Amino acid sequence: MVHSIDPTLHLKMYEQMITIRSFEERAIELFEHNLIRGNIHPCIGQEAVSVGVCSPLRREDYMVNTHRGHGNCIAKGADLKRMMAELLGKSTGYCKGKGGSMHIADFEGGNLGANGIVGAGLPIAVGAGISIQIRGTDQVVACFFGDGAVNQGTFHESLNMAAIWKLPVIFVCENNQYALSTPIREAISVSRISDRALAYGIPGMTIDGNDVIEVYKQMKEAVERARTGKGPTLLDCVTYRFFGHFTGDPGRGITYRSREEMEEWMGRCPIKRFREYLFREKILTEETEKGILAKVKTSIEEAVQFAMESPFPLPEEATQDLFY
Amino acid sequence: MPEVSFVESLRMTLREEMQKDPLVMLIGEDIGRYGGIFGVTKGLLEEFGPYRVRNTPISESAIIGSALGAAMTGIRTIAEIMYIDFTTCAMDQIVNQVAKIRYMSGGKMKIPLVIRTQCGGGRGNAAQHSQSLEALFFHIPGLKVVMPSTPYDARGLLKASIHDDNPVIFIEHKLLYATKGYVPEEEYIIPLGQAEIKKKGREVTIITFSYMVWKTLRAAQQLEKEGVDVEVVDLRTLYPLDLETILQSVRKTNRALIVHEGCRRNGIGAEIACRIQEEAFDYLDAPVERVAAMDVPIPYSEPLEKAVIPDEEDIIQGVKRVLSRN
Ligand SMILES: Cc1ncc(C[n+]2csc(CCOP(=O)(O)OP(=O)(O)O)c2C)c(N)n1
Ligand SMILES: [Mg+2]
Repeated sequence: MVHSIDPTLHLKMYEQMITIRSFEERAIELFEHNLIRGNIHPCIGQEAVSVGVCSPLRREDYMVNTHRGHGNCIAKGADLKRMMAELLGKSTGYCKGKGGSMHIADFEGGNLGANGIVGAGLPIAVGAGISIQIRGTDQVVACFFGDGAVNQGTFHESLNMAAIWKLPVIFVCENNQYALSTPIREAISVSRISDRALAYGIPGMTIDGNDVIEVYKQMKEAVERARTGKGPTLLDCVTYRFFGHFTGDPGRGITYRSREEMEEWMGRCPIKRFREYLFREKILTEETEKGILAKVKTSIEEAVQFAMESPFPLPEEATQDLFY
Repeated sequence: MPEVSFVESLRMTLREEMQKDPLVMLIGEDIGRYGGIFGVTKGLLEEFGPYRVRNTPISESAIIGSALGAAMTGIRTIAEIMYIDFTTCAMDQIVNQVAKIRYMSGGKMKIPLVIRTQCGGGRGNAAQHSQSLEALFFHIPGLKVVMPSTPYDARGLLKASIHDDNPVIFIEHKLLYATKGYVPEEEYIIPLGQAEIKKKGREVTIITFSYMVWKTLRAAQQLEKEGVDVEVVDLRTLYPLDLETILQSVRKTNRALIVHEGCRRNGIGAEIACRIQEEAFDYLDAPVERVAAMDVPIPYSEPLEKAVIPDEEDIIQGVKRVLSRN
């Protein structure tokens, strides 16, 4: 099992997970220094889902993202500098400062954009699936959404359409068990989100979303099904966000999550688990790890510096980009 | 009573109405234990229980549809949509159902439904969390639209909205929540359809509402220093529209400027300008002007957002444009 993934890929996945976490930590810091406006929705704690899902993807495969999407962008290969610049509202950012944290899109990298409207990305993913079918390529679409999105009509409408037309879409639920303050157990009456797959006649799995290898393996299978015309899959990746819903959430969500629960899940940190595994399997050594950490640190600092030094857009740019 | 915040004023009103009438219900996302993302419903779940404070899954369409069903069958319902941007997820229910049921049924149905929601930019929340969509609802026959600007008005208008047997869209600007003002403890109601002159003046009538009232009052102060005396009309309710107060003021000043945060094109200002020229054409000394947001989505970056949303300086320039015409 273990060795079905080659060591280089293992290390790349580890590096990506660290990159995501460091990026988020730095972004939170910048937010606290009022350099980032509005809010950010940190995905710290959920790195295994981002990396496990995106690793089997090719650059030309599509991704549809959510408000909690920095990790998915990075895992899909986004440039940290342009991401950070977007967070700081700079003209060198992915969206020239028009989108911000919640709307990073990188069309060249297959990232069709992130959504501030819960559940709005699923039909867009279906459309990208239709496009692939018509163009006859073997691309696939990874459609991310949270556990909160499964109660929007768009979830049901999209899974059904993708199922009847056998579209190459992998529906990935980043199930961090809360939709803002609402626990999943109070929001659905089935025990697992993957049970819903049955209603649409597609495969559905609930998996340990803090085990990057497990996510990778299940995603790889789902991608193969999608590439070979066998249709969509629903992957319910159970995970946990270490921070609050957004940077404005008091006590990292302590008003609706117990301290014990939070501590328990932090103990299941996906990075820590993967690291232990890599050491156990002798894929990672202290030496290589040092190298990885140093490399990540540099790339994050370079991104911050690039973003800080970049200019803000000019006020007159506000009226540009509305139409082609 | 000491000064009360806009949020406290709303909460106090919801609480009172729920205490008085056991058939008043709240429904919406994160309104239970969490108390709403701006804290408006804090403590209400604990006081009134989960039957009357319904914390829902993320399902805007079903929130509004079920609120309508409850309202049609005797529950005075206050539904909350967290951001006005998300009302679009429930547009069929609002436009084709809520707004039409009474009329379609030959006037047989009461719809005691308030949809509370939150609007506006200024905080870097970008295109899908910053809109001012009041004109969408203003356009739909069958909906009342309320947009308070002060804690005092919020309380009086929310009461009137809850007591109303018709659907009301009650829109709160996000920058108003922390503002404070005098709110008496005793019961009062501000009937829907009554504008208020927030500042008296002689030279130009400025018609505005919601958070723009504050920007306008600050602009008016600045203008006063320059010797320009404007009158500020706070509409408070967009529909029913208090045309009489607008016209009375315009007949006095002979000049009018409409200020709003929603996009300029087809905004509330277009309708009001048209009504003024229909009803008071002979009184006008200058064309009616508008100060409104640019016709683009709200951008994230600060310099861009500032360029798009009107500020005090834009209002001052607007007043000067209106005054410069003879
Ligand atoms: C249509 C819509 N309704 C409500 C919201 C407000 N909101 C933003 S994120 C969120 C919770 C989403 O939960 P989930 O889908 O589980 O994603 P998570 O935040 O946990 O990653 C809510 C209620 C929104 N953005 N869009
Ligand atoms: Mg969630």
